[in-house]
Amino acid sequence: MAVDRGTIEKLAELARIQISEANIDDVTTSISEILGLVDQLQAANTDNVAPMAHPLDAVQRLRADQVTENNQREDLQACAPEVEDGLFLVPQVID
Amino acid sequence: MNDKVALHDMTLTDLSQGLRDKHFSSSELTKHFLERIEQLDPQYNSFITVTSDQAIKQAQAADERLASGNAPLLCGIPVAHKDIFCTQGVKTSCASKMLDNFVPPYNAAVVDNFEKSGAVMLGKTNMDEFAMGSSNENSFYGPVKNPWATDSVPGGSSGGSAASVAARLAPAATATDTGGSIRQPAALCGVTGLKPTYGRVSRWGMIAYASSLDQGGPITRTAEDAALMLNVMAGFDQRDSTCIDLEVPDYTKSLNNSIEGLKIGIPKEYFGEGLDPAIGAAVEGAIKQYEKMGAVISEISLPHTQLSVPAYYVIAPAEASANLSRYDGVRYGYRCENPHDLQDLYMRSRGEGFGDEVKRRILVGAYALSAGYYDAYYNKAQQVRRLVKQDYNEAFKNVDIILGPTTPSPAFKFGEKSQDPTAMYLEDIYTISANLAGLPGISLPCGNTAGKPVGLQLISDVFTEERLLNAAHQFQQHTDHHLQAPADSANV
Repeated sequence: MAVDRGTIEKLAELARIQISEANIDDVTTSISEILGLVDQLQAANTDNVAPMAHPLDAVQRLRADQVTENNQREDLQACAPEVEDGLFLVPQVID
Repeated sequence: MNDKVALHDMTLTDLSQGLRDKHFSSSELTKHFLERIEQLDPQYNSFITVTSDQAIKQAQAADERLASGNAPLLCGIPVAHKDIFCTQGVKTSCASKMLDNFVPPYNAAVVDNFEKSGAVMLGKTNMDEFAMGSSNENSFYGPVKNPWATDSVPGGSSGGSAASVAARLAPAATATDTGGSIRQPAALCGVTGLKPTYGRVSRWGMIAYASSLDQGGPITRTAEDAALMLNVMAGFDQRDSTCIDLEVPDYTKSLNNSIEGLKIGIPKEYFGEGLDPAIGAAVEGAIKQYEKMGAVISEISLPHTQLSVPAYYVIAPAEASANLSRYDGVRYGYRCENPHDLQDLYMRSRGEGFGDEVKRRILVGAYALSAGYYDAYYNKAQQVRRLVKQDYNEAFKNVDIILGPTTPSPAFKFGEKSQDPTAMYLEDIYTISANLAGLPGISLPCGNTAGKPVGLQLISDVFTEERLLNAAHQFQQHTDHHLQAPADSANV
């Protein structure tokens, strides 16, 4: 299925990915081609076939609700672009 | 070092014995490989990071452990890790600009397992960005070159792991396989690559691409080496909620079993249009070899093979779009310069940090999951996934192993498919369905065409890696395709 430029712009916003003006037409073309490939699925007869989310049909394993991890805030925040007083910094959101 | 065989040509079994017999030390062995990497890797680009200092320290520790007399089998043996496995204190980039500055505070389970066994880490291997690709052309650090023909791709996404083992820069490497990313580069580089059953190897600390498909496994030169590596990699880990709690056998124990009477199925769909005749001929040769060894060959059908590629290109991007939402420029990874508000920070950090193919897959995934399209795409693909699985269930009622080519063509030239994503996607036509069905698969060399290796693929039922390794090992006992090596510096 071909998608138009507007759809790609909308998707890019939903996915929070900036696509430059210079690339938007190329991206639109390649996504349309991929969706064309994917459309072969529509030919399959899937009446009464249950969707498969896990290849072994396993269900999520549960564990006891106990604390098992130690606090590693400093180690984890060492990789952050900007932190202050143990908090992640982002541009001002509220005036 | 009195052995006639060069250290870099020895198998893991030989290296392990050599260390125990004190023919060489782990320090000598490790320096030998580090020197080869320094001399030869500039022409292959198979490593993103070489951890020389750490490797030498680990080797010294291994030598002490070996001297104490109760060291595990892989103690002191150097290995390379795909740069998708988190390594504490060592950059783990996933070949993305997004993670170019990422130094994990912890080890992946697989990396921990190797550390515990005393193996030495040589470094982190190059790959397609976030494991998305079949040619290694999608790496932020530039493509890996195929050691057999440096104008051609090594395959992907684990191209660096496959090329480093093929070029004898590492005795063995870890890798991951979401749609063929272990088996396809192993085939194109003339080495052995095993994708285990989904859930056999912990995914903890392995950077996620498509979580219901991703699985770690080894790339080695022989099936016996793959068994030794899997012994270290496999096992239950409660930190991976999809890891299966099942006892791990010693995979070396069954290698020498007879394959007399082994039932091998040949799927007719794997020999149709699109298969390079030279690949077909090499695989036919392998079938004859198995017949000679006493296997019983029959034709089978996997009717939904063609639909596995479109199903994969809905499921994998859908899972990727969710998994990669974590890269937001806030907690770790790349952040754009001077964002003027939070939205701008997200949009530009992700727009600048991800490469083209990663962006394409996130967008396709977002589309397939969006309101109004979910049933037509995502749900439909999950239904087709079950049809693919049912094909295999039917086949395994009659055969023990399914045999076919790993790839439709040998290593292709740089740029040949990179402008056409859908042509590239069809490169994985024979490998993708094993991921959809969660099955183990192995690729091993079975010949060559115009100087480029050809890969033979064996697939078996879930948790029967022993059978695969046995069949692959027996093939390698009777053939010498796996012993062929690319010329050391043919293109210097």
